Amino acid sequence: MTRPRIGVVTFPGSLDDGDARRAIEAMGGDAVALWHTEHDLRGVEAVVLPGGFSYGDYLRAGAIAARAPIMADVAAFAARGAPVVGICNGFQILCEAGLLAGALIRNRSLRFVCEDVWLRVETAQTCLTAGLVPGETIQIPVKHGEGQWVATPEQLARVEDEALVVFRYSAADGILDDAHNPNGATNHIAGIRNDAGNVVGLMPHPEHAVDPDVGPTGGQPLLASLFSAAVAGVTT
Amino acid sequence: MTDPLHLQLGLTDDEFDRIVETLGREPNRTELAMYSVMWSEHCSYKSSKIHLRTLPTEGSAVLVGPGQDAGAIDIGDGDAAVFKMESHSHPSAIEPYQGAATGVGGIVRDIISMGARPIALLDPLMFGPLTEARNRWLFEGVVAGIGGYGNCIGVPTVGGEVRFADAHSANPCVNVMCVGFANADELVTGNSLTPHVGSLIVLYGAATGRDGIGGVSVLASATLEDGAEASRPSVQIGDPFAEKLLIEASLELIDRGLLEGLQDLGGAGITCALSESAARAGMGADVDLDAVPLREADMEPFEILTSESQERMLAIVHPDRLADVRSVCERWGLHTAVIATLVDGATLTIRRGGDVVAEVPARSLADDGPVYDRPRAEPAAVDPADPALLPFDGDLGDALLAVLASPAIASKRWVWRQYDRVVQGNTVAGPDSDGAVIRVPGTLKGVVVASDGNGRYGRLDPFLGAAHAVAEAARNVAVTGARPLAITNCLNFGNPERSEVMWQFAEAIRGIREACEALGTPVTGGNVSFYNESGGSAIDPTPVIGMLGLLPDYRLRVPNAFPAAGLAIYLLGETAPELGGSEFADVVLGEAGGMPPALDLSIERALIEVLVEAASEAILASAHDCSDGGLAVALAECAIGAGHGFAVSLPTDLPSHIALFSESASRVVASVTPADEERLVELAAAHAVPIARIGETGGPRAVIEHAIDLTVARLADPWEHAIPRLLGEAV
Repeated sequence: MTRPRIGVVTFPGSLDDGDARRAIEAMGGDAVALWHTEHDLRGVEAVVLPGGFSYGDYLRAGAIAARAPIMADVAAFAARGAPVVGICNGFQILCEAGLLAGALIRNRSLRFVCEDVWLRVETAQTCLTAGLVPGETIQIPVKHGEGQWVATPEQLARVEDEALVVFRYSAADGILDDAHNPNGATNHIAGIRNDAGNVVGLMPHPEHAVDPDVGPTGGQPLLASLFSAAVAGVTT
Repeated sequence: MTDPLHLQLGLTDDEFDRIVETLGREPNRTELAMYSVMWSEHCSYKSSKIHLRTLPTEGSAVLVGPGQDAGAIDIGDGDAAVFKMESHSHPSAIEPYQGAATGVGGIVRDIISMGARPIALLDPLMFGPLTEARNRWLFEGVVAGIGGYGNCIGVPTVGGEVRFADAHSANPCVNVMCVGFANADELVTGNSLTPHVGSLIVLYGAATGRDGIGGVSVLASATLEDGAEASRPSVQIGDPFAEKLLIEASLELIDRGLLEGLQDLGGAGITCALSESAARAGMGADVDLDAVPLREADMEPFEILTSESQERMLAIVHPDRLADVRSVCERWGLHTAVIATLVDGATLTIRRGGDVVAEVPARSLADDGPVYDRPRAEPAAVDPADPALLPFDGDLGDALLAVLASPAIASKRWVWRQYDRVVQGNTVAGPDSDGAVIRVPGTLKGVVVASDGNGRYGRLDPFLGAAHAVAEAARNVAVTGARPLAITNCLNFGNPERSEVMWQFAEAIRGIREACEALGTPVTGGNVSFYNESGGSAIDPTPVIGMLGLLPDYRLRVPNAFPAAGLAIYLLGETAPELGGSEFADVVLGEAGGMPPALDLSIERALIEVLVEAASEAILASAHDCSDGGLAVALAECAIGAGHGFAVSLPTDLPSHIALFSESASRVVASVTPADEERLVELAAAHAVPIARIGETGGPRAVIEHAIDLTVARLADPWEHAIPRLLGEAV
């Protein structure tokens, strides 16, 4: 397989941008650093919006980054069907940019939470899960203070009816219960996609789940799927 | 009649006379304000200096010792580990969230100013009992502040500890330790760079406001009495977003070789950074306060000079490099301002609106502060009653459950779940490990760090309490498989103007000295936090030790918990009837007296050798420090960690409650596969470390023959949930 070129955008306050680049390299991809003020995606085949606290989460998490110059290019890139993945703060940015439905508000506990969680894969019709089987579970860490996904009744109905939910927080065996929902997210939703499946946002951090020496490995099949989608040039 | 200004600012009459003598005239208000912050206890170490000088600071691994912003240790292959601990207790007692948050910010800037990337944070914390509402407010606020700041700057929080004692109700202790990595030959120290006459002093980062004025003198160098909330304006306000930008910009400036010097702005603000930078360079400086970006235009010179506004750094820059420095800072969205020029001589000449508002020798502020040998007097013994002599006929299982539910022993998961432990992707082992293991990027090396301090021992005997803190920190690093290399510290004490407190301090220094000499772990720096008292009642003397060690291959890390069934369990070290200051004596017997356990440092050193060698041969399936709560708690924690029970019999003739809960030092609970038993026994014998096979792992129960038979799940319940339950959370 050709080495996919995956861009990782750095905003002021991005924290997991370097980690995302390292994970991409470790999995055999070429990581390309992208800068928030530039209108240049440097010919990448997929874009990752990384975790962190872009602009200090001031105003609302992701609100200012969603209006950064490079986001116009990311939106156009997504509109062409190219893969775009938002992780944690990146997910918040995609919601603020209107590329994904709903919003992320403070955890129900009102506290930051960092722990390894299990995710149940709900659909393989995305750039991030094409290599997985719906119903299987993977382990990945979360770390966020504002990860509770919420939506209007209309948005929620559409997200559920159109099978736009990509991941739900679950027990290791896939059972859904409140004890395994780290932030109180509506319907246990941990990640969603757009209609075409080429834009995915999720709160958990797949880039922190590729190296068995420092954590779980549930991110490996996700990055592998992203690489395939990037090389294919279109989403599944 | 109000006191003269110098007394209001915390300077004594003698100190005022000394300033007059130095200047050859009376200081003006601005100059007086500068001396008051630089000669404060917090900045000048005037009461502690003569004692700190007796600590061992040399060693083959020490690259940078005390006197710089942080210590640095050689970890091989040209890599350096930089580390430092500080307190932010007084601000946290007034405003817990911001106090703790800005404590994180300050220690991180110390690491940056050494030219190192911050890679880990640890937070040793001490509070009053959680049964009191105000203590819960302080505890929750401090933890939220550490998380709110640390999580937002991309530095993982990987360890620390939380302890509780009545004396901390009025005076919580918030200590913060940061570790950084750098190339050894790129460390920025006062000696490594050579500023020139004519070089520019550039202030970059946040603007300067009226927050934190006199923080070091008003807050940190006086006791907190009634009405302390009135000093809330002296607490700084943190902006972690600005700090993150400051980290990236600073490291880029260093990487590109654009600087001749770098200094963080913390306590005493611009005054401290300017005077230290100029004094180190052996020069003076012409300073223009009009150039300092201000949040409020009408700030007076003394306010600009002593403001402790956060997220600011000072760089010394050759004029030819200024444009490059500006462009790096602008890329990260940071202000830059040339506020001074280095000049021949030794004088800081400070102007505002064209007028000279202060003219003082830089060195007199930075280096020539007063030094005191304050009177010391040994107080009456706290309470000599030895709790090991008290009868006990209660149920041992109930006693163990009670000790496991003590918040000092119970799991701190509620705390560290709120900290980002994984960012940067190098956390091999985090806060649930005796020693946190951080991978050195791109290598197989692991730096192992642990922090320890025990006020309960310190109260009974400050010498032993301090020595135990060093020994336990070393043991926590060694059970992880790493060789302990060096320490930093934060010394938390009461009012040094009281002779008993000064005696406690001197005894603690003696304890650190003897332990560090015996264990071969020199002191690379640290911080003294005095005046932790109110109403004449001081905290227990609590030196907190931050130990740093090295694992040549992090894959050889030894876990703490029993990883499987069918392993042989060994107890290394000897158990004596020592319940003084123990968790059992406190929680079960309600007796806080006696003496701390004895400590034989030669045995401790031998134990460390056994652990390091055994880890390097990969024969340890697990190893766990046996200290707080004794053998019973150590075994329980080994079982809870991975859910594997055990059956052991006690190896001594001591009464069961003493054998189970004695906190004798230099002990470790280890497990090995049957194939490795012989080698472990051989290693222990070679180093003359007592060792006994006490049982085997396996099954769902924790069985101690003739004493305790409970399920592991039963043990886990109080241990896991004690803290959330005290906070009123339903679990």
